[in-house]
Amino acid sequence: MKLFEICNAPIQTQDVINKVIHHNSGAVSVFIGTVREMTGEKQTQFLQYEAYVPMAEKQLEKIGEEIQTRWPKAKAAITHRIGTLQISDVAVTIAVSTPHRQDAFEASRYAIERIKEIVPIWKKEHYRDGEEWVGNQKGNVSYPLGHPEGIEK
Amino acid sequence: MVHILLFANLAQEAGTQKIEIEMDLPASVEQVRKKFKEEIGHLKGIDHCLIAVNEEYAEEMDIVKAGDTIAFIPPVSGG
Repeated sequence: MKLFEICNAPIQTQDVINKVIHHNSGAVSVFIGTVREMTGEKQTQFLQYEAYVPMAEKQLEKIGEEIQTRWPKAKAAITHRIGTLQISDVAVTIAVSTPHRQDAFEASRYAIERIKEIVPIWKKEHYRDGEEWVGNQKGNVSYPLGHPEGIEK
Repeated sequence: MVHILLFANLAQEAGTQKIEIEMDLPASVEQVRKKFKEEIGHLKGIDHCLIAVNEEYAEEMDIVKAGDTIAFIPPVSGG
């Protein structure tokens, strides 16, 4: 069973959840990222996601390790889909189980923020009036430090 | 020889995802980027990309050996 995965097929959210439930989990927080139609004035028709798959899976594993360090009793699983996605399709599912709810909420939030920083996945927006590869969604299009913040070598 | 991987806008502009480059090795990451620009062209955003060597993020002064895989990583946009 692969806890951190890039896939082409539609994500089965329940499968991701099942990977993290065990006898000592008391809470599971699930984050699902879906394809949004309107971004400001821009209307998305569909999206394409591309990944450097082997490295992306390694970086997802790294996020899992970071979660383990911060919340030692957490268990996380992440699946990110690539390929062509339509409006409302699920792009990413994150499930984190912990003994108590607060850690589960915090850790799943942490995971999605880190995905947007360090995982080599790219999104191409196909709008009604054109297309573009979306840059870093956290606002900094370049990496002045030479690497995204918090990447440990 | 090093294997170069391109993604997103870079692959689109270059018209390919995979290129091989002949150069004197070992060399620094910085030198590989410079050589790439000389051989393939100054793709838009190439100076702001991160570089991964064999699937791990690398710094400019890290060493690249013959046969290594160098990936240019544009700002990511997953999630």
